[in-house]
Amino acid sequence: MDSSILQKRKAMIATTHFGVRSFKSRLFFSIVLLFALITISIVFLIIGTLVVKGYHQINWSFFTQVAPDTFDAMMANASGKIIPGGILNGITGTLLLVGLASVIAIPFGIVIGIYLYENATKRYAGVIRDISDVLQGVPSIVVGLIVYLWVVVDITKGYSVLAGSVALAIMMLPLIIRSTEESMKMVPTTLKEAAIALGTPYYKVILRVLIPSSFSGLITGVLLAVSRVLGETAPLLLTTLGNSSVNWNLAKPVSAVPLLIWQFYNDPNMVNLIWSSSLFLMGFVLLLNILSKWIAAKKSIQ
Amino acid sequence: MAPAASILSIEDLSIAYDRDKYAVKNVTATVRKNAITAIMGPSGCGKTTLLRAINRMHELYPNISTEGKIKLYGDNIYEMPTIELRRKIGMVFQRPNPFPTMSIYENVIAGYKLNGIHLKRSERDEIVETTLRDVTLWDEVKNALHKKGTFLSGGQQQRLCVARALAFKPEIILLDEPTSALDPVSTAKIEDLLVELKQHYTIILVTHNMSQAARISDNSMFMYLGELIEYEDTKTMFTNPKDPRTEGYLTGKFG
Amino acid sequence: MNSDKITKYILFGASLLILVVAGGMLYSLVEGSLPSFRVFGWKFLVSPEWNPTQGDQHFGALAFIAGTLFTSIFALLVAIPLAFSTSLIVAEYFRKTWFANVVSTCVDLLAGIPSVIFGLWGFYALRPFIVSIGLSHQGFGIFTAGLVLAIMIVPYATSLSNSIIMMVPNELKEAAYSLGATRLEVIWNVILPNARSGITASYILAFGRALGETMAVTMLIGNANILPKGLFSTGNTMASVIANEFGEASGVHLSSLIEIGLLLFVITAIINATGKYIIKKFA
Repeated sequence: MDSSILQKRKAMIATTHFGVRSFKSRLFFSIVLLFALITISIVFLIIGTLVVKGYHQINWSFFTQVAPDTFDAMMANASGKIIPGGILNGITGTLLLVGLASVIAIPFGIVIGIYLYENATKRYAGVIRDISDVLQGVPSIVVGLIVYLWVVVDITKGYSVLAGSVALAIMMLPLIIRSTEESMKMVPTTLKEAAIALGTPYYKVILRVLIPSSFSGLITGVLLAVSRVLGETAPLLLTTLGNSSVNWNLAKPVSAVPLLIWQFYNDPNMVNLIWSSSLFLMGFVLLLNILSKWIAAKKSIQ
Repeated sequence: MAPAASILSIEDLSIAYDRDKYAVKNVTATVRKNAITAIMGPSGCGKTTLLRAINRMHELYPNISTEGKIKLYGDNIYEMPTIELRRKIGMVFQRPNPFPTMSIYENVIAGYKLNGIHLKRSERDEIVETTLRDVTLWDEVKNALHKKGTFLSGGQQQRLCVARALAFKPEIILLDEPTSALDPVSTAKIEDLLVELKQHYTIILVTHNMSQAARISDNSMFMYLGELIEYEDTKTMFTNPKDPRTEGYLTGKFG
Repeated sequence: MNSDKITKYILFGASLLILVVAGGMLYSLVEGSLPSFRVFGWKFLVSPEWNPTQGDQHFGALAFIAGTLFTSIFALLVAIPLAFSTSLIVAEYFRKTWFANVVSTCVDLLAGIPSVIFGLWGFYALRPFIVSIGLSHQGFGIFTAGLVLAIMIVPYATSLSNSIIMMVPNELKEAAYSLGATRLEVIWNVILPNARSGITASYILAFGRALGETMAVTMLIGNANILPKGLFSTGNTMASVIANEFGEASGVHLSSLIEIGLLLFVITAIINATGKYIIKKFA
């Protein structure tokens, strides 16, 4: 190469501003770190607010009594006492709603997940997978609206546990389908092939090989799905409405912890109960999250 | 050894991971200009760490500590900005790694783009052509310059990576087992290329292929457990190794 | 018929449920919207007037479409720097260290916080703060709702981007470093071009989430059925007007709310499908 061009090129490279460039790089890092710290500090702010404002309302009656009416709350506030009553109707309602939703969503979710895993390359399965993904993205309020039309109007002729559970089940279904398919993929195919080679019937291959060997993955998926719908409020507003007493009748309205929070929020006399209820709900959701992570971690170690 | 024409001197260099696990221990050596120096040794002997220390790429590993000096024309590289150092000392890696989002053309001048140097169209064309000619790739790709580099064969990709390092006109080119992922024909082409290139550049090559070192290198280092056991003229080392460990390695007793 | 065949039919039969649910949703929403569509036709989409008063009823969704887009776009613009920074910390700067673990655990926690609790926090903590620094009188509006929404969608924007950034081969980054690039230049010229489509897809999916968020937005946006005039204006979104008015709606009013639900369903489905398509195609 012509040496004058070489000299020119070397001179050109030498003039790039090393200092400016490494300064820019460090500046960028500082900004990125700052933004990330802002993001995680919000988590601590929210949880901190719940703990500080909510812990002193949490006592025995919080779990054993139903929500007070607004008059009792007003009297308690006026005399400077803590608000009587608890959120028993919400807790039992949430357990009933989520329990029934799980009964509907878990079997269907797992079976459909297995179908998708077993027929992974089929075009029809691809369509089902895509539609399931779209369902997962449907806003929860729209799910509530639809279940209102299906169940509240046509089946139970009124707000009901059943309607709320169907709404939550529709939201859980795509999550369970996806996690089932993913955890089935982790099962070594040799395991399945060995069972088939022994002439085992197909349903036994599923029940004795596929499900047991992906069990912790299935549990993790179910727990995450439950924790995702536990705090749902919007669809319940349109399907179960709320109830001031404990109810076990599936055709009748029921309360739920997030519904109570919404109710307390709208009633100035109840403000103090908001924080303890939120703290309880948050704690419950986090517990499930941690549990599912723990199971997932245990699985990956083995 | 001919210290008169030395370009790089490594002075009592030690590199440790996690404070006390030494990958390189008290290495001292001078590297000859316009020659090929091979670094050999069994895997885990520290040869790659030593190579990477020459353009401070080892600092990308976490928890690393470095003692000692490496001097390029007498200047300690650990006191230079890494940006400037890496401009002077280029590197080619074990597996061909052209940037998949860039065309062949863009890959050659990637160094300029990454360093924010704006070139005129004619300058770019000139650099791309001469550099690709230098690595004997021009005739093979001149009609596909704007295709992605990842469509080339492994050997072609590796020559493209050499071109990417050369386009910046470095003083030294470091190669970390550059042919270990290639077939014999591509390997031979790279070897011929390196011999060709040493007229203008200084080449330091890590290899675990002894016959490759014997074929193309002028000087050879043998490393074992982080120490530089022997550093000799390649012919001398292969015909008359001084240290029993070198002899053991060369005769295939371990490695 | 042998048991293997029966098993296969059961599996296949269950899969039909997805078709029934999805098809049924679309059918019910369309059917429920018909009364409103018969009265207002396509004008429903472009009329900003929403008046539920008996006798003087008129319904148009434009105010809510605008409110939804305005709030969600603002939320996305705020979320992107937060999400992108978090991804870089977790997947690049502090990759595989305890600090990356702490950050990603926090982001997971954020995803677990129920919407109604975000709303409470926005109402009792963020809103007074916004009032106190004089940005707004009451603290309600697009700005407040958008900020909380931004935080809520950060987990959706990061979870996918993290793994995409993590997948950029180390060899490419090393090649760029060996050519003298700084870390910023490596991020800009190597990581971003290689992860671009995956990151874009995850932001599109996060945007889809923002469109449908209900409770937190309802609690903070001010619930005014008007076209928002600016960032600090109050407004209403499609989701929040449904939540607010559903309880006392009937007849054409109810049908109009269902039509808004249909719109929201279609828009989010398109956004989500686009996101998934990009992931499938490029990532």
